[in-house]
Amino acid sequence: MMRLEKRPQASQGFAYATPLLAVAATFFFGGLLFAALGKDPVEAIATIFWQPLFGEFAFYYRPQLLVKGAPLVLIAVGLSLGFKAGIWNIGAEGQYIVGAICGAAVGLACYPAQSALIFPAMVLAGALGGWLWAMIPAVLKVRFGTNEILVSLMLVYVAEQLLASMSLGLLKNPEGYGFPGSRNLQQYPSAHNAELIAGTGMHWGVVAALIAVIFAYVLLARHRLGFAIRVTGEAPRAARFSGVRPVRLVLFCLGTSGALAGLAGLFEVAGPAGQISIDFNVGYGFTAIIVAFLGRLHPIGIVLAGLLMALTYIGGDIAQSQMGLPAAAIQVFQGMLLFFLLAFDLLTHFRLRLGRTEAV
Amino acid sequence: MDISVINPILLVAALMGAATPILLAATGELVVERAGVLNLGVEGMMIIGAICGFAVAVETGSPLTGFVAAAIGGAALSLVFAFLTQVTLANQVASGLALTLFGLGLSALLGQSYVGVKPPKFDDLDLGALGEIPVLGPILFSHDIVLYFALALVAAVWLVLRFTRFGLLLRAVGENHDAAHALGYKVVRLRVLAIMFGGACAGVGGAYISLVRVPQWTEGMTAGVGWIALALVVFASWKPWRVLLGAYLFGGITQLQLNLQGAGVAIPVEYLAMSPYLITILVLVILSADKSAAPASLGRSFHASN
Amino acid sequence: MKLTTFMTGAAVALGLATSGIAADKTKVGFVYVGPVGDGGWTYEHNEGRLAVEEAFGDKVETVFVENVAEGPDSERVMTQMALNGADLIFTTSFGYMDPTINVAAKFPNVKFEHATGYKTADNVSVYSARFYEGRAIQGHIAGKMTKSNIVGYIGSFPIPEVIRGINSAFIHARKVNPDVQFKIVWAYTWFDPAKEADAAKVLIEQGADVVLQHTDSTAPQAAAQKAGNVITFGQASDMAQYGPLPRVSSIIDNWAPYYIERTKAVMDGTWTTSNRWDGISAGMVGIGEISSAVPADVKAEALALRDAIANGSYHPFTGPLKKQDGSDWLAAGEVADDGTLAGMSFYVEGIEGDIPQ
Repeated sequence: MMRLEKRPQASQGFAYATPLLAVAATFFFGGLLFAALGKDPVEAIATIFWQPLFGEFAFYYRPQLLVKGAPLVLIAVGLSLGFKAGIWNIGAEGQYIVGAICGAAVGLACYPAQSALIFPAMVLAGALGGWLWAMIPAVLKVRFGTNEILVSLMLVYVAEQLLASMSLGLLKNPEGYGFPGSRNLQQYPSAHNAELIAGTGMHWGVVAALIAVIFAYVLLARHRLGFAIRVTGEAPRAARFSGVRPVRLVLFCLGTSGALAGLAGLFEVAGPAGQISIDFNVGYGFTAIIVAFLGRLHPIGIVLAGLLMALTYIGGDIAQSQMGLPAAAIQVFQGMLLFFLLAFDLLTHFRLRLGRTEAV
Repeated sequence: MDISVINPILLVAALMGAATPILLAATGELVVERAGVLNLGVEGMMIIGAICGFAVAVETGSPLTGFVAAAIGGAALSLVFAFLTQVTLANQVASGLALTLFGLGLSALLGQSYVGVKPPKFDDLDLGALGEIPVLGPILFSHDIVLYFALALVAAVWLVLRFTRFGLLLRAVGENHDAAHALGYKVVRLRVLAIMFGGACAGVGGAYISLVRVPQWTEGMTAGVGWIALALVVFASWKPWRVLLGAYLFGGITQLQLNLQGAGVAIPVEYLAMSPYLITILVLVILSADKSAAPASLGRSFHASN
Repeated sequence: MKLTTFMTGAAVALGLATSGIAADKTKVGFVYVGPVGDGGWTYEHNEGRLAVEEAFGDKVETVFVENVAEGPDSERVMTQMALNGADLIFTTSFGYMDPTINVAAKFPNVKFEHATGYKTADNVSVYSARFYEGRAIQGHIAGKMTKSNIVGYIGSFPIPEVIRGINSAFIHARKVNPDVQFKIVWAYTWFDPAKEADAAKVLIEQGADVVLQHTDSTAPQAAAQKAGNVITFGQASDMAQYGPLPRVSSIIDNWAPYYIERTKAVMDGTWTTSNRWDGISAGMVGIGEISSAVPADVKAEALALRDAIANGSYHPFTGPLKKQDGSDWLAAGEVADDGTLAGMSFYVEGIEGDIPQ
């Protein structure tokens, strides 16, 4: 019999080793999958993981990693604060959408005026929109004790309908021949979240993600609030004795994650995406939840996890066009990677024991 | 505009069909959540059920065999989730989301050769004279057997949860897994069973879409029904009969919306479409006064040494 | 300093990538918005890709990426194709319009073809199909065959493309049947089989015995079959498996001739920017077999209508036509210009209800 035994302290070694183990397992089983589809497994895996980083056109893909990874990291960092404290915002997708709508609306309302103030105003509106959307579950939780997991999830659907309504109605491009979708903000200099240095993929969203990571790191490591978050997650009763005020914590965690998701939405709509459209959201809010866990709720881990996810998206598209792998195979491959990463995390907190030894 | 063209009898009969996939999936998820597990992978299990059911029905020519296969397929996929969350103690939210991603991809791979294929016909039950009764006939006695099965399932789940020892155990595990463990109950085993039941139900619900409602196979054809089922469980405050009510309400709003459009009534479709979710939030708020509504251990991992 | 060197390097590499392609094989890329297995829109574009491979054999190499979200993902996929030496890239969704223009600006030597859009550039052409020509034939058959005089119409989104189709079908149904009414339901989706099935059922329950659809799944066909005594038309693909009833004919998106022609033009070096809007005559819009369920005389009229549209002697939007509000649109004999058609956002006289805003 094999049994699990909880480690008194999380294993440092395994915390670093498990992601590698998971990736190795994914290579193996993913390789089997690709082979079953009649493709060369080694080539497929190399295409997904090697080409974007070190291939012939890495100069283009490396910046794209930032573009694709930044929203994931920005959202995930915010979520991780709440997750650590046992506050579950799984509606980041909705906050992302509402942030984008609010930010874009400010920009579109100013069109075609040019002013250096427009973009900052949009950033504020985006953060505010996401914050407000997250305040709904926060206030309901604080006031009525309503489950925030479910309320925030419900609000995603509401936001999606709102997005459809906006792209077909209020924010529709008046010069767009009746097609759904807003004006393209990329063609409106005052509202455009352009690359800061051309060709690097660095736009304000990437900068914001970096700032958020540093902010979260300092908060968790040094600040009293960070201590409150950690202690609430690990030992809620002890937290109350040590003077943590749960109401404040809920408002802070949900508000911060909402504002960051809203910012991610704004930077995306004003930059890489360019416009509000019915299908503007592509699931960053949900993927970010996975990223937060893959990163073990640690700011640095989240950066790595976000980049890893971005890599599988970008490499997956390359594998599709170069090797004719179906998109579905890439999805299954990503699913496997997530499964293994989640499963192997066990080894960080538990050790496997053979035999019947009783736990101490 | 002429509202009289809407036939209320047909509307009710149609919404029963439209509600069945959500009803099946939500009933399964209700049992899972009652056992204290939050599986967000309903959409993934439904679409796996949709393709397994479709493929087997096409190969064997028997839709009923297809439904059995769908249940097996859904349950098999749910085992991945059960392993992750119950054995390796991974986070349930993340595992559920990963399960949906995986299920969508896998179903597309499995279904590659079934695009454009027509499945065997699945007839309504012929209940003879019963179907001829005015009003009640078309509403109650003109459906296929799976729809009746879904209704029976709701009743069965209610009975089991309420009146049997097994149901009591399941609820105990969902309320307080540490106490249940201390009393000597097999928390993990019960939860794995509940998760598999949820997977099987979701699978059958998915197959109902691909074999009855649509019927055809296309990638991503469940188009978010699994997420609605999750909302429904909450809306129903984890009570089986309310799931039935909610499924008809959720299904009914879409039906009503389409009917009103057909009748020429100008309605803001998006705002009507978001109303079920807003109502769900409202229900949640009302329920939160009653602390006993949600299973207390929902979404929390359990390990004996905790 | 380092950054500058990096950038110069990148620019050089970009230049190399676009100009230094080996010329033996022409590489054609396709960007799809849905999965190849959607049985509708993307499926038909992929059929076009396969036709290109068939036509040119080993002189051509095709690549595709499916399920590409509109926005930055599509921009990245197009860039990736261009970097990997594609000579010609077809981007097959309206939402790829601005990304296509952006990427095309970076790769002046690569040709781009954007479906259903309106923005062109030196190396960007646009193409679309005059589906409304097929709608005219559907309207004719519908008007002749309906007994309840109620024709149901499942719209996707209230955009010009769809409104044009409704108008065209309505005009031709009214022409042969002054009592016909259209019942229009908007599904607000391009693809949600269950919802499409529901919409069809609702229309049938409300008395429609003809259902036209502007969504891509076969779900409405199955619903009509189950209801009985209802006729439908295949959309995007032939949907022949539902013939001879309920499916009596279809509009087929046939991109193959255009894709082959444009690939050939790139091979010959004769490619120039164009704004192509082809219909039945060029074979881009195919009219599927009219089934045995249609009476012989109706079938003959429908075929005559098809031929008249194909040889240019008849335009589906020929005056006298009025707008829904009763104002004049086209005088007798006048033909609608493409600009008005492209941005059509009004119903013609006789259609009831408002276009949702």
